[in-house]
Amino acid sequence: MKTPGLKIYAVIYLIFLYAPIILLPLFAFNNSKVIAFPLSGFTTAWFGEMWADTQLFRAFRNSVTIALSSAVIATCLGIFAARASTRFRFPGKAGLLGLIMLPLVLPEMIVSMSLLVILLAIGVPLSIFTIILGHVLICTPFAVAILSSAFQSLDRSLEEAAYDLGETPFSTFRLIVLPLVMPGIISSLLICFTISLDEFIIAYFLGGNETVLSVYIYGQFRFPAKVPAIMALGTVLVCISIILLSTAEFFRRRGIAKTGAKDTGGFL
Amino acid sequence: MSEKPTMIEFRDVQKYYGDYHALRGINASIRAGEFFSLLGPSGCGKTTLLRTIAGFEEISSGAVLIDGKDAAHIPPNKRPTNMVFQSYAIFPHLTVEENVGFGLRRANLSKDELARRVGEALEMVGLKGFGKRAAHALSGGQRQRVALARALILKPKVLLLDEPLSALDKKMREQMQVELIRLQRQVGITFILVTHDQEEALVMSDRIAVMFEGQIAQLDDPETLYRRPKSRQVADFIGTMNFLPAEAKEIAGGGFEVAVAGLGTCAIPADQAPGGPTGKGASVGFRPETLTILYEGQQATDRETPGTVVEVVYYGDMTYYDVKLDGVAEPVRLSMRNVPGRPVLDIGTRTRVAWSPSALVLFR
Repeated sequence: MKTPGLKIYAVIYLIFLYAPIILLPLFAFNNSKVIAFPLSGFTTAWFGEMWADTQLFRAFRNSVTIALSSAVIATCLGIFAARASTRFRFPGKAGLLGLIMLPLVLPEMIVSMSLLVILLAIGVPLSIFTIILGHVLICTPFAVAILSSAFQSLDRSLEEAAYDLGETPFSTFRLIVLPLVMPGIISSLLICFTISLDEFIIAYFLGGNETVLSVYIYGQFRFPAKVPAIMALGTVLVCISIILLSTAEFFRRRGIAKTGAKDTGGFL
Repeated sequence: MSEKPTMIEFRDVQKYYGDYHALRGINASIRAGEFFSLLGPSGCGKTTLLRTIAGFEEISSGAVLIDGKDAAHIPPNKRPTNMVFQSYAIFPHLTVEENVGFGLRRANLSKDELARRVGEALEMVGLKGFGKRAAHALSGGQRQRVALARALILKPKVLLLDEPLSALDKKMREQMQVELIRLQRQVGITFILVTHDQEEALVMSDRIAVMFEGQIAQLDDPETLYRRPKSRQVADFIGTMNFLPAEAKEIAGGGFEVAVAGLGTCAIPADQAPGGPTGKGASVGFRPETLTILYEGQQATDRETPGTVVEVVYYGDMTYYDVKLDGVAEPVRLSMRNVPGRPVLDIGTRTRVAWSPSALVLFR
């Protein structure tokens, strides 16, 4: 960078983006119930309190169950859609793909309300299952977008070559296509997992008696005494995110090194 | 040659993509063990035709017979054909060894047997010792060889090559041409090559089918194709040819009397008009090497016409001249081998050009 102005701008930009996150561990280890400077001392008590909270644990377990299920289902659907959109021509393809991508631009509020109305009307009890349903709906467009680019960059003659060499269409998919789009599948799983994990509106509307993490955290903010424990929880979540993304990036780079493709930079 | 059995037969093959008529009634036979080329400009249907043999394109009507059997309902993985793709389609996540041995996965060979056959195949294409390499770490020429080994290891009856040399640089391409010919003689498998490079087709093939717009314009051996092209289109596509307007009339006892504008009248036998009978508005063609510049003291063995050099292109071993012949509207191109004691002429030099009626081709 030649101009110092741009450098300063970039630094300020990064501080603005990430400084609030640094506050999380700062207050998670601060031995005061009040979230304010100056810091009064070091403690790990909040982590203990967080660990002892059974309701929190239940919410966490629900969230992970929902996020895992949504990620797997949305990614599977995404594989089918991406495969169809990149390989085959069929009538109404553009419209159909548009319909799949629609939840991306539809306000979540409207999606969750209409889902709620329909589910109640046909008598489906609200549970983890209904949240998964809603999350699959909003995660699928992301999965399709990520996987389409993965499938698109696949040379079609690779499949034809395997077919030509005696493999069936199915074994060709398993032996050639799947390994080569695996980085795309992993990033799709991760993105969907993340989206589902921090989604609030659908989880709030369609959860019934089951609470998920985001809804639980929101509820706890009403009690000032609980806030430090939430800070501890936030710290744990940030750590998990960093570990997950680093792992994903590691696999992505290894995949690229293995196939010898050019690294086009960052995740996604 | 002609007693060899037919390996591939096209019977009135038609292919439509929606409204687009890609193959317009292909009829041809390819013999077992021959090196056959499908030659034509891009979009002429040559790759589509090749892919109908592999089974990647369904034909709209007609029939493709492989070794006497109608291939209509045989999927690509059950056909006795293997293909070398234009992009080589080397599986990037596998090693060279795994790529080459890919087709043998279903053969249930023992580890030793598999390793032996992969080793043989690699040795055949000159890649001995490359087995453990990652496929993506190979150069273009090496990928090409891996693709060849991978296709040949299954001992197919027909090897299909889809413009396999187009991605290589000139030196490498010429080297691979020679190696492909050697390989084909060694394994004796029918090779079918798709190319848009007329020189490549002439160098490598036993027979060539020249295709334009979904039809075979001419199917012949390289020499016939070069010396006796049936149409101006074929003549123009293969090598260089000078065209001069002419009038022809059939003469008793076969052959034609041809009046070439500016060059006079001559009689030629019927085989110099491979396109069939012609009349007014015909044209004749001369290859550049059939015209010769006469230096001082040299005499034409047949005909000669005076002219003026209007362009000189020096190629090292050859020099191409454009000569404006007296009485002929367009300058003709001719090539002369550069030999010691024969100076390269300057633009504007008056000269004489020798030609022979036996070298001309009459077109409709």
